[in-house]
Amino acid sequence: MSQSMAHHAAHDEHHGPAQGKGVFGFIKRWLFTTNHKDIGTLYLWLAMTSFFLAGAMALVIRAELFEPGLQFVNPNFFNQMTTMHGLIMLFGVVMPAFTGMANWQIPMMIGAPDMALPRLNNWSFWLLPFAFALLLSTMFHSGGGPNFGWTMYAPLSTKYAPASTDFMIFSVHMMGLSSIMGSINIIATILNLRAPGMNLMKMPMFVWTWLITAFLLIAIMPVLAGAVTMMLADRHFGTSFFDAAGGGDPILFQHVFWFFGHPEVYVLVLPAFGVISEVIPTFSRKPLFGYHFMVYATVSIAALSFIVWAHHMFTTGIPLGAELFFMYTTMLIAVPTGIKVFNWVSTMFKGAMTFETPMLFAIAFVFLFTIGGFTGLMLALVPADYQYQDTYFVVGHFHYVLVPGVIFSLFAATYYWLPKWTGKRYNECLGKWHFWLSVISVNITFFPMHFLGLAGMPRRIPDYALQFTNFNMVASVGAFIFGFSQLLFLYNVIHTVRKGKKVEEPVWEGAHGLEWTLSSPPPYHSFTEPPEVK
Amino acid sequence: MRNRLFSLRQLCIAVFATLSQIAWAETDNWQLNMFKGVTPLSKDMYDLHMIAMIVCAVIGVIVFGVMIYSLIHHRKSKGYQAAHFHDNLKLEIVWSVIPFIILVVLAIPATKILMRMDDSRDADITIKVVGSQWKWQYQYLDQGISYYSNLSTPYAQIQNTQDKSQWYLLEVDKPLVLPVHKKIRFLVTSNDVVHSWWVPELGIKRDAIPGFMHEAWAIINEPGTYRGQCAELCGINHGFMPIVVNALDEQAFNQWVQAQPKVEDEYAAQTAPTVPLKDLSYETLMAKGKDKYEQICGACHKPDGTGIPPMFPALKGSSVAVGKPISRHIEMILNGISGTAMQAYKDQLTNEDIASIATYERNAWGNNTGDLVQPKDVLAVRQSNGQAPKMVNKVQAGGLR
Repeated sequence: MSQSMAHHAAHDEHHGPAQGKGVFGFIKRWLFTTNHKDIGTLYLWLAMTSFFLAGAMALVIRAELFEPGLQFVNPNFFNQMTTMHGLIMLFGVVMPAFTGMANWQIPMMIGAPDMALPRLNNWSFWLLPFAFALLLSTMFHSGGGPNFGWTMYAPLSTKYAPASTDFMIFSVHMMGLSSIMGSINIIATILNLRAPGMNLMKMPMFVWTWLITAFLLIAIMPVLAGAVTMMLADRHFGTSFFDAAGGGDPILFQHVFWFFGHPEVYVLVLPAFGVISEVIPTFSRKPLFGYHFMVYATVSIAALSFIVWAHHMFTTGIPLGAELFFMYTTMLIAVPTGIKVFNWVSTMFKGAMTFETPMLFAIAFVFLFTIGGFTGLMLALVPADYQYQDTYFVVGHFHYVLVPGVIFSLFAATYYWLPKWTGKRYNECLGKWHFWLSVISVNITFFPMHFLGLAGMPRRIPDYALQFTNFNMVASVGAFIFGFSQLLFLYNVIHTVRKGKKVEEPVWEGAHGLEWTLSSPPPYHSFTEPPEVK
Repeated sequence: MRNRLFSLRQLCIAVFATLSQIAWAETDNWQLNMFKGVTPLSKDMYDLHMIAMIVCAVIGVIVFGVMIYSLIHHRKSKGYQAAHFHDNLKLEIVWSVIPFIILVVLAIPATKILMRMDDSRDADITIKVVGSQWKWQYQYLDQGISYYSNLSTPYAQIQNTQDKSQWYLLEVDKPLVLPVHKKIRFLVTSNDVVHSWWVPELGIKRDAIPGFMHEAWAIINEPGTYRGQCAELCGINHGFMPIVVNALDEQAFNQWVQAQPKVEDEYAAQTAPTVPLKDLSYETLMAKGKDKYEQICGACHKPDGTGIPPMFPALKGSSVAVGKPISRHIEMILNGISGTAMQAYKDQLTNEDIASIATYERNAWGNNTGDLVQPKDVLAVRQSNGQAPKMVNKVQAGGLR
């Protein structure tokens, strides 16, 4: 993958648009902006806000679970917390954060001036704050917010759900719209605006993973919209999609939901793979090993993700044939995922590594995501899954994939690209503190969950039997350390943006790619003239 | 290298063996591993779990080993010069094919066990398990026994005002009693939302789906008490619907069966009692009512009667709980209200239970009606109709005081 560049733009010094005076001018600028960097920034700040909000909810959960007995919240509120934590972390943190990164990075990485559809871009973002305001407002409704888990299994979410569920449904529709439009924009940008000479197999991995993610999103978000619309119809229009008494089937909901839900997992994790594939080569000072196979592996993971959904439903009584089929396909995903891990390790092998904060997070990603992958393989084995299903083992598994996996990759990406975006250097020492506190506490939090699950603790319970006390206490202590360590990240980012030291070029010694040929911060319109890629 | 790997594997096995022994101890507060259990299937599951874990551990040691090696040696700070290789087709094929072979090896035992799990033919005894919010009902289809099994942990323990007992949240009023060495077939279904009947030591987890029935089976090899919990989020009290299984030898089981009231008799006894019902004192009714209320009604209507409106209406000051006629109040408890979360309790509670609950609801939290509901009043309502009450407006119901 050679990306030697022949571009040194003559940068004009203005890095932003004209902004009117006062609050009104400020609002006008950000509300009407169609610039990919502005919109990327908006997405990222939305994600940051939601991260602390949904993180606080996780801490409510962990505080309640510190000891047996009900201490702080009642079971209904506890269920609302688990539901909201899940929904917001997925739709409000990881997806907007990666969309924000895509907005910032993709035009710069492929040599384009902006996204292909700037106005659509504006609308995709501005739907989100309203969608989340709607979702959060349910917490204050009479009867409380949605309390049936982010998976919203019918009929708990239809006949037995609080009135505010309808608001959640509408909010999910809005998020879906936003994601679909965002994805259309990303696909249009990648397919149409690449610099001359940059064919598909020369694209950076982050662009590749996002291209595939965008296709996944377009395929699955309508399915989720369909599922919640059927919920709405069951709740109010007298249909019985999910009610056996009227000829429906509660399991139909689970099939439809997980047809969305499993590819959704890869929507969250594929861009993370992309980030890691950018960070590791830079700090190993060695090109990504097996670029072609990385691309093929990503494509096969995405394709397989559509035919594994029922592995979330092994205990529901699906027939033997289906159980076997979904077990085999699920196990098969380990092959391309293995290829990814092996290639990252080979990239590091015989490199000349340095360990700046982005690299530290990337290394932790490879270690801990792989552990999540191992438990994933164990979960694929149906007979063993009967003992894991719906226990804390599963909670441990997916948090290993999502927190030290996806969230760490977001940290890596932020530390990696922040100097490029702002032209300022973050505080390396603080970054390292953030890393070490996070990586230690994340393991203290989530590793004991595997033990709890194996010992028989079901997930989503506000209170538990006495023998689960010890590991729950350990997990809660870890969770609070993890939660508060993230304030270091927030402080570091704000401090960098406002008072960071000016960065010197090159930002990273080993970084290659079109975005690094631009100034830091880059000009408001990235590449007004397309660079030549050889 | 091979030798070293081999000894590593031995070490892994030794470590896991110790862990599994720890897992055997009763209520181990630091239990690390899966239950081995007491049925053929639970043992199979455990073995598969161990195999998978060892395979993962070995792969992990190799991959992380290489990674740690290069993290230590291939540093710029040590003056290491980066190599430039970035492709190797052979290597890519090797590390695609080897994992694939490992997966096939893992899939073979998994498939075998799965096929055995699916075979619930030739059962000696069939038990229907019905989940409902938030209790389990067990029906012995051949023996004609049927009863509900409720959490028996007092509310005060959950609220931390009383010391927690050893089996906090894992104890029930009437456990499921099963014979050992018999093939037991479970038919699992639900009355309302999706639940999941899970007893780790029996190796059974089966989702209870309303309107559908699914099978599971077990042969229990050792007498004993086995505990589990509902595993699928099923509403507010999801964490409070445990399962307790008492496995008895055949003789003891038969004795137990003999001692149980038969289904028909029990229901008949409630609508046409053979002995006249005694009136109870206000204090007795209130004390029993408080217990039952906190156990059964409190989840939705809240221990202080304020409910979670609009889904779960408040009873404090409600037209039902303070209004007249009292029969309407009793009817709602007996028959539930269709289309809402209020279920019918006529087959779950005795006349005395319902009388105490109604008395409690009419006199607690400032609902000082002074009304006394006696078991005979409940009986009268039971005999008078079997219809679900309709919503009545407040004026007709006697209004609010």
